[in-house]
Amino acid sequence: MAVKVKIPVPLQRLTKGKDEVEGDPGTVISLINTLDSKYPGLGERISEAGKLRRFVNVYVNEEDVRFLKNEETVVKDGDEVSIVPAIAGGIITAISI
Amino acid sequence: MEFTEEQLKRYSRHIILPEVGGKGQQKISDARVLIVGAGGLGCPVGYYLAAAGIGTLALVDNDVVELSNLQRQIAHSVKTLGVNKADSAKQTFESLNPDVNVIAVKERINSKNIIGLIKDYDIVVDGTDNFPTRYLINDACVMLKKPLVSGAILRFEGQVTTIMPGDGPCYRCLFEEPPPAGLVPSCQEAGVLGVLPGVIGALQATEVLKLILGKGKPLKGELLIYDALGVNFRKVKIPKNTDCPMCGKNPKIKELSDIPEQYCSI
Repeated sequence: MAVKVKIPVPLQRLTKGKDEVEGDPGTVISLINTLDSKYPGLGERISEAGKLRRFVNVYVNEEDVRFLKNEETVVKDGDEVSIVPAIAGGIITAISI
Repeated sequence: MEFTEEQLKRYSRHIILPEVGGKGQQKISDARVLIVGAGGLGCPVGYYLAAAGIGTLALVDNDVVELSNLQRQIAHSVKTLGVNKADSAKQTFESLNPDVNVIAVKERINSKNIIGLIKDYDIVVDGTDNFPTRYLINDACVMLKKPLVSGAILRFEGQVTTIMPGDGPCYRCLFEEPPPAGLVPSCQEAGVLGVLPGVIGALQATEVLKLILGKGKPLKGELLIYDALGVNFRKVKIPKNTDCPMCGKNPKIKELSDIPEQYCSI
C-alpha cells in the first residue's frame, strides 16, 4: 500500500495525464519532494522554499493540512492526499504550465 | 399571494413534494437572487431558478454574446450575438417563465457598485470567471452577511461551496489570496468542456433552492470537487480560519478594493 495523491486537472500535464499517483508515507513536504523527483515541476507548483503556496491547498483525507501540522503533517500508507488549487473559469493560473 | 390556476399547474411537481409544498413555492416566489456573470455558470443557474419561479432574478454582466460562448452558455443563441449577456439571458428566462421579474444589470461589478447591487438581494451566486471579482464578491457578501453560492470551473474540473457569513468559513478561509500576478506565466484560454458549467451551475441552483426552502444541509464548510474525467465527486473540509483576513478574529480587510485585473477572462 502507498499514499494516494489526487492530482488536479491543471497539474495533470506534469503527471503524464494521470489524475492519481502514488507516493511514500512521511511528511507532506517529503511526499511533495519525492513526487517532484518523479514528476519534475510538480513541487514548485505546490510549494516554495519548503512551504505550501497560499493559493494551493493540500488535504490529507478530508482535512486541510493548514489546520493540522501544515507541511509537517504526517501521511500514512492508505491515506488519500488531495491537491486543490484555487480556480476561476477560463484562465491559466500560476499553478498551471 | 394566491397562486393562479396556471401557476399551480406550472409548479405542481414542486408543490406535491412535501419538502416544498405551497408554502415552499411561495418562499421561492418571494425570493430575490442576484447572479454575477451571465456566462457558463450564470446561464444554467439562472435557467433553473427561472424555471423554479424565483420572484426576482438579477443578472450582472457587461459583456456581449459571442459565437465562442454558445458552446456552453445555454441562455444565449445566434439570435442574440452581439447583445449584452444579461439582456440576452433575460429574454430567454422571461420566455421560459413570465412570472419571474428578471433584471438585467449591464455593469461590470466593482468595489464601488457592488454593495448597492447586492444589498437588496437574499442570496448571491458567483458565476464569474476571474479571481479579482471572486474575492470582491466574497468580501462584500461577508460585510453584508449575504449567503453566497460560489462555483468555479476549469477544463474538466469544478468546485462548489456555499458561504454563510457569520456561520462558517468564507472563500478567503479556503484560499486566503488569489495567485500573484508575477506567477502567471501567460495569458491564454484554458478551455472548458461545454457541459461542465452545466453540472456545476445545476449544483449551485440546487444550493440556492435549498437555502430558500430551508431544507437539507447547505454545502457550507465544505468544498465539493467534481472531476468529469475521473467521474468523481469529492468533498474536502473548509475549516473556519480564525486568522482569516476577511472573517477572522482581527480582520485585516476593512474596506473593499479592486485587485488589478491581471488575468485573461474567457
